[in-house]
Amino acid sequence: MSDVFLPSAEMAYSSPDAQGFFGPYGGTFVPETVVPALAELDEAFQTALADPEFAAEFGSLLQDYVGRPSPLYRADRLAAKVGLGRVYLKREDLNHTGAHKINNTIGQCLLARRMGKHRVIAETGAGQHGVATATAAALMGMECSIFMGTEDIRRQSLNVYKMRLLGAEVVPVAEGTGTLADAVTAALRHWVERVGDTFYVLGSAVGPHPYPMIVREFQKVIGEETLVQLQGREERLPDAVIACIGGGSNAIGMFYPFLRDVPADKRPLLIGAEAAGLGIETDKHGAALTKGVPGVLHGFYSYLLQDDAGNPLEAYSISAGLDYPGVGPEHSYLKDEGLVRYEAVTDAEALAAFALLTQTEGIIPAIESSHALALLPRLAPELGPDAVVVVNVSGRGDKDMDIVREAGLGAE
Amino acid sequence: MPSDPGRTEATGLGRGFPADRAALVVYLMAGYPDRETSLVSLRAAARSGADVIELGVPYGNPLADGPVIAEAAAVARGAGFGLAESIDLAAEFIAGAGPGAPPVALMTYLNPLMRMGPPRAAAAMCAAGIAGVIVPDMPPEAARPWLAAASGVDTVFLVAPTSTPGRLATVGAAASGFVYCVSTTGVTGERSELPAELDALVRQVRAHTTLPVAVGFGIAEPAQASAVARIADGVVVGSAVVRRQTDPDAVGEFVGSLAAAVRSARI
Repeated sequence: MSDVFLPSAEMAYSSPDAQGFFGPYGGTFVPETVVPALAELDEAFQTALADPEFAAEFGSLLQDYVGRPSPLYRADRLAAKVGLGRVYLKREDLNHTGAHKINNTIGQCLLARRMGKHRVIAETGAGQHGVATATAAALMGMECSIFMGTEDIRRQSLNVYKMRLLGAEVVPVAEGTGTLADAVTAALRHWVERVGDTFYVLGSAVGPHPYPMIVREFQKVIGEETLVQLQGREERLPDAVIACIGGGSNAIGMFYPFLRDVPADKRPLLIGAEAAGLGIETDKHGAALTKGVPGVLHGFYSYLLQDDAGNPLEAYSISAGLDYPGVGPEHSYLKDEGLVRYEAVTDAEALAAFALLTQTEGIIPAIESSHALALLPRLAPELGPDAVVVVNVSGRGDKDMDIVREAGLGAE
Repeated sequence: MPSDPGRTEATGLGRGFPADRAALVVYLMAGYPDRETSLVSLRAAARSGADVIELGVPYGNPLADGPVIAEAAAVARGAGFGLAESIDLAAEFIAGAGPGAPPVALMTYLNPLMRMGPPRAAAAMCAAGIAGVIVPDMPPEAARPWLAAASGVDTVFLVAPTSTPGRLATVGAAASGFVYCVSTTGVTGERSELPAELDALVRQVRAHTTLPVAVGFGIAEPAQASAVARIADGVVVGSAVVRRQTDPDAVGEFVGSLAAAVRSARI
């Protein structure tokens, strides 16, 4: 084993402070009613982390139920096509339920069970987190309600049906644009009302402390496996690691072990791909890190698409998982510190990458993950023809058939 | 309580709380259904017996509010109403109302404050004669940037049925003006019944503060206002008022009936 893969003792990158701040970002900006519940959650989470039984239970479900470790697949035809040395795909799309979301919902539902809560709620955009939560709730015999915007219900009807099959109630949210941000608001409001008996399974690395830290903890398996899987296959660490960013859970799960365990001088270029929608020069995008101004939404301080009066703006993306006006607070910190580079990818670029992976490798990626894949051709001139790049394929594209068909892919 | 040389008995929210009975705190949405009508409603509420005015700032993600206030906010926001316009509206109301008028507290979510910048927002509020702010998504732990700038403006914090004794103490120590006691878990909005434990909750809150304790969320009827006035120092009525804001005469009449109910109750 090459020593570059070994964790370094002097690495300082770790956790938010006790109030949940990553630098200036994060925190707990919520109504008083849920402040005690968040404190209780933080305590239960810390206790669970220190308990080997929890780790064993979580690890065993990840292995036998989710199907981990997910493969790290070397996509040679894709690499040749985009002009890179080697491209590795971290196949989160092969997880049970088809995306990385299940890692987190299993973890949080186990936590809910330890806390004696038998009812879980969640928000969902594309429906992946909703399905993953409904799945974990079915597995653990919990009552489950999923809040979903009416526009997303329209765009992702298959996932709505799946959630209902799994025994979950799907609560339509018609406020605002009927998308992810509105679903988060509705779920938070409901949690304020039912905080006594209900656990809120938050799906991305967003929200008030301790959620961003909890989600990172349950998703870090992605990056940890990747580091192990590269051993023996590559002489050196990759030149770049790419993941897409909506709230940023699959990205932080991939990046965190690289930030924690790899010294800065050996660390790959870490790149997050956020949604440029119809273009960041238009008002139809979801590029909070590229175009936002720091502010508070949904209980945390982070880069945020907002108007001059401080109202959150509507985010847009062809992908229902990326049209969120905010972004996880740790990503805002990583951007300011220059530890991760963030680039914006348009709908058109994502669709082209979707087609490219499908046709060169026979892998149909989620339209979210296609945003990460779209950076490969863009980066090739910068990284050179020998570069080694890892892309996190955060989910599979079955749910996106209607959208890509509407966009005209595969028409001839 | 944090010492603040800019805040006095004469300018603070405390002057809205009479010594011998509970205060009626009336919430109105700024700019709803339009600027002029909301100004007329403000004047009607003041004339009809409101002791404190709580002026809601329209915001795009009102996490703590139920449908009535959220929808009113959306209408006002559609006409371009935000924090700056709400301060301006309050200034006009206060200037026209004279010295005996009820003090005004702005109820705003945190992000509009952050976007304007706490020093600029606090200065604008002082200049307008606004006595205090209520920020439902700003617990005391998250309030440092605002409190550092908020000289001359009371900062009301909220307690809830879920607050632990430790948190009641934290809130009691940080608050000025009054303590806002949320009657029940959930968002703002009218409810047919108030929780039976309200009395005990208010007594618990009192043990942690010398400030007046006002109860809000869910109070829709004069009879409920009267019941709350027997146990608390203030009664906040919001959604039931906002629902009438398209007709300032109806606001005046309703506030009059609430004022009579509160005045008939003895603590």
